[in-house]
Amino acid sequence: MSNIVETVTPAPTTGAAFMRAIKSFALLRESVPGMIGAGLVLFWVIVAILAPLIAPFDPLAILQPMAKPGTDFAQGGTFWLGTDHLGRDILSRIIYGSQTVLFYAPLATLCAYTFGILMGLAAGYHLGWWDIILSRVSDIILSFPVLVLYIIIIATIGSSGINIIIAITFASAPGIMRIVRGLVLDLRNRDYVAAAQTRGESAMYIMLVEILPNARGPLIVDACLRLGYVIITIGVLGFLGLGLPPPDPDWGGMINETRKMAMFFPHMTVFPVIAISSLILGFNLLADGLREVSLRD
Amino acid sequence: MLILISKRIGFMILTMLVVSVVLFLLLEYSPGSVATKVLGPYSSEEARQLWLERHGYFEPLWYRYGAWLGNFLVGDFGDSVRFRVPVSEVLWPRLWNTAILGFWTFAIMIPLSLILGVLAGMREGSRLDRIISVGSIITTSVPEFASTVLLSAIFVYGLKWLPGTSSMTSGFDFMQLILPVMVLIIYDFGYVARMTRASMAEVMTSHYIRTAILKGLPYRQVIMKHALRNALIAPFTVIMLQINWLLSGVIVVEFFFAYKGFGALLLEASLNQDLYVIEACAMVAVFVAVTSQTIADIGYTYLNPRIRFT
Repeated sequence: MSNIVETVTPAPTTGAAFMRAIKSFALLRESVPGMIGAGLVLFWVIVAILAPLIAPFDPLAILQPMAKPGTDFAQGGTFWLGTDHLGRDILSRIIYGSQTVLFYAPLATLCAYTFGILMGLAAGYHLGWWDIILSRVSDIILSFPVLVLYIIIIATIGSSGINIIIAITFASAPGIMRIVRGLVLDLRNRDYVAAAQTRGESAMYIMLVEILPNARGPLIVDACLRLGYVIITIGVLGFLGLGLPPPDPDWGGMINETRKMAMFFPHMTVFPVIAISSLILGFNLLADGLREVSLRD
Repeated sequence: MLILISKRIGFMILTMLVVSVVLFLLLEYSPGSVATKVLGPYSSEEARQLWLERHGYFEPLWYRYGAWLGNFLVGDFGDSVRFRVPVSEVLWPRLWNTAILGFWTFAIMIPLSLILGVLAGMREGSRLDRIISVGSIITTSVPEFASTVLLSAIFVYGLKWLPGTSSMTSGFDFMQLILPVMVLIIYDFGYVARMTRASMAEVMTSHYIRTAILKGLPYRQVIMKHALRNALIAPFTVIMLQINWLLSGVIVVEFFFAYKGFGALLLEASLNQDLYVIEACAMVAVFVAVTSQTIADIGYTYLNPRIRFT
């Protein structure tokens, strides 16, 4: 293992910070599961970006119902993974479905993180009433079983893309807040925070520029894990009929629509299941690899 | 210790109260929509007004909340719109069914995950450890709704060993319970096993274990007498908190296998806007979750002498 001895943290210039980020990702090479995870995630990201180029058919076009995998289409082309009960090409739907997942999941996670980080910083840095109120509120939200909370929120505000993001933000921000708060409690007594306070920097500046960048390590690992959970959540909501409205391709919804036909046409459900599981596995392995690497130095 | 317990229970009651206020405001803030939900979208305006008046919806909000909470405490949850019977008549049998499901899940999952976790953590980095760790990541990555589909494809349609629904229409049938329990275990055991492994691995590197090995105790005795006792404290909390996750998993599994349980009831109610059933189910779910968290907290303090005696 390469020995990087850092005695003095260099001034946080954008270039140096970027190089350090690259370096810490390069460390991931040393963890085999981490590399596999990164590969899986990268694979789906590339599929989502290239979807219009690589999808053989229009994901919404009704072509030929219940074709088995490998059937040739009369007007040219092959249904490599077969078609569903309405005659839509499953491979194309999975490819376009990756766009749906990789759009909503990171967006929802980002929203949750924005709120969670701000709440955690406020609670951990100011302490006092900020801390008491924010901590109690998140304790109460966290005491709900997650899916019960989602179902109640979605039942109240209706199901749509934006509402799913709202529900996920509401349910996940308290957990993120707890983590951030814990990290801030540790960091707020460091010398550089005291130095910034003496310089007369505003609380906002200290929280965002001095404390937050130094808390990033555990947060990145948690974000990977949480992305996996968010993908599961979006899938579950689709599966329970509370997700994105059809006909847009959504992996959870695809599984729900075709599960009753799994007896005769297993290909309709098995391929979306493999798709969603591999993406979640990718994020979980990536998080595991990052944690392993970050614990090492 | 007594102070801690009463503090935790006090906090638990406070949480339940706040949750009840939030639920009440969320679902019953506007009387107009309550009447529409209860009487249906095609009811006439007069009928709605009449219903609202008869059920005291023109009283001030705080009074309505007080009455609602009072009824709740004595077990009167109102009438289900969909089933046309008191909610409690539907709720308790469903809850009992879910308790059966949960009991079997825990009865199998806890020993399994503890044994695997201890075996993996005993020799960190060994081949067995790697197999168990990677295996548990993989099983945790397959969401419940995906494994229900996969397992029923294998055991119901492929091998034809097990029934594909668990509605128990002709009395209790253990065969119908196997698949739901299996799905829940597969998803949940990985997390507990990983936590046990981490805890065990940490204990194994401690000084007193090294001393025990160096003074020549048999390896078996080191594990059984010294390591396990300390390594199993953390998993206890994890298992109690797992009840919270189980409640979520139960919804998916019950929905898929048409098992007449509590989770399916909540989902059905929210899809049909069955207001009083949603309220009752949500309160029960939060109660179970908060109670298990409180027990986890108290139990952790009791089990860990470092906290107990300070």
